[in-house]
Amino acid sequence: MSLVRLCLLMVLVLVGATVLAVVLGETPLSMAQYARAVGQPASPPGEVLWTIRAPRVAVAALVGAALGLAGATMQGLLRNPLADPGVLGVSAVSGLGAALAISGGLAVAPGAIELSALVGALVAGAVVVAIAARFREPEALILFGVALSAFGGALTALVFNLSPSPVATAEIMAWLMGSVQNRDWTDAAWAVVPMALGAALCLRAGQGLRMLTLGEEAARMSALPMARLRLYAVAGAALLTGAAVAAAGVIGFVGLAAPHLVRALVRDDPKRILWPSALAGALLLVLADLAARLIPTEQELKLGVVTALFGAPAFALLAWRASRSWRS
Amino acid sequence: MSALWSLHGLTARQGRKTVLDGASLSVSAGEVVGVVGPNGAGKTSLLRAGLGLLAAEGEARLSDRPVAQLKPPERARLVGYLPQDRRAAWNLPARMVAALGASDLADDAADALALEMLTRVGARDLADRGVLDMSGGERARVLLARLLATRAPLLVADEPVAGLDPDAQLLTLDLLRAEAARGAGVVVTLHDLGLAARSCDRIVVVDAGRIVADAAPQEALSPAVLRAVFKLDGALIETEAGPVLAARRI
Repeated sequence: MSLVRLCLLMVLVLVGATVLAVVLGETPLSMAQYARAVGQPASPPGEVLWTIRAPRVAVAALVGAALGLAGATMQGLLRNPLADPGVLGVSAVSGLGAALAISGGLAVAPGAIELSALVGALVAGAVVVAIAARFREPEALILFGVALSAFGGALTALVFNLSPSPVATAEIMAWLMGSVQNRDWTDAAWAVVPMALGAALCLRAGQGLRMLTLGEEAARMSALPMARLRLYAVAGAALLTGAAVAAAGVIGFVGLAAPHLVRALVRDDPKRILWPSALAGALLLVLADLAARLIPTEQELKLGVVTALFGAPAFALLAWRASRSWRS
Repeated sequence: MSALWSLHGLTARQGRKTVLDGASLSVSAGEVVGVVGPNGAGKTSLLRAGLGLLAAEGEARLSDRPVAQLKPPERARLVGYLPQDRRAAWNLPARMVAALGASDLADDAADALALEMLTRVGARDLADRGVLDMSGGERARVLLARLLATRAPLLVADEPVAGLDPDAQLLTLDLLRAEAARGAGVVVTLHDLGLAARSCDRIVVVDAGRIVADAAPQEALSPAVLRAVFKLDGALIETEAGPVLAARRI
């Protein structure tokens, strides 16, 4: 299947899922109310659809697309099917940024938590970019990522530990679990800018990711400016992950799973997988958020909890399959 | 005519160990140069330092231009490199892997060239098969097609026949000889001394980071060199099929 045809097909499926996610929700509406919502966006049913559900679905799609694209980029860069934006440690440090803002009482200032999360991601991204420029082996980058992730997690635990207010602690916990509840169009607009920049960088690095298939040395001897493309990939993935965490908190496994949903359709090509991974990530998160809303529980499920519940077994399955190919 | 590749006094260290010690070498168009030596002698280090992949003192020039000053597209135009590591991270179809050699071309042109090179190495029928689904010999041919797709005047292959059966080894070296006959300079590292003597115009013997012999096969692999470097008691014997090594451990 050609890349254009595959993407068009996925866009169609995503549009269908998006419509479903806007139409369905906790508040049941009659056909007459749907008609009123479409005709009069300012009416109460219109408020439910366009002010509560639609921006939430848009943020879920944007965050999913960002994580899916970042995941595909990291898998190509690290030549590892188990790589994920979290592997770099950017998610953890971004979460730390949000935790610091909440603990410091900045939650009342609009956009402060988001900005703090984005700053955390950029700082982590800068650290990773510096490390990637110094150490070319993917294993080294993964190990530094694991260390950065553990350090970010430890500092977040310290913020928990020292937090004077149980309210702040609960808020941090809610953020770290990931959610798109109560997101509005302003949140979506804030997310778009860094995500677009990150996406442009990752897509620009595509040819370099493909060249890395045969290893570092074969890539370095090619005609491509690999050092620059590698920085594009790391910086792009960091921006995408940071913007996703800023918009919705820490959501795991989407970056890992999305590329694997489309890998066979693009014949494993690390360049052609980028767009489909973004679309698959958007689809996954829109559906996961719909599930979070529709599964009848006393308190609404957090999006990060839903993705982790499905993602962890998927990760184990992928690790098992990968270990079989490593043995052979 | 200036050399395609000239190395003068290359010295490289990894940690506190000197892996290359004042190595000099020159490769011209149309010749096949075999680099041989015991494990850990510095064969790969010589290639890597000469291509700018390993930091080294001394001078390395490609077509009379300092390697360190070449930008990636310029270097790729002058040399194609087949690393020792033949692993592929992803199960890309062979035509896409071969097209990686033509990173200067647009996708369509690179694909057409990849098919041409796969045909040249006798692997056209593998074009749409994933490289991870292939035998070692099949994958080696696809990687050779990638090397040829670089269209570079100098082809450097690090152990291109490691792990291959005798037929595939001879085929690989015949294909590289054919490139030399077309005018390319070819450098290969090899472990099989008989195969090296049969397939190469010149043999460079590396031992403990130094080049200890650089001459025609019979001279470079003289009984004295075999004894001093490889700890073998024997000699190359000329046969109808080419030279063979008859030797035993000292």
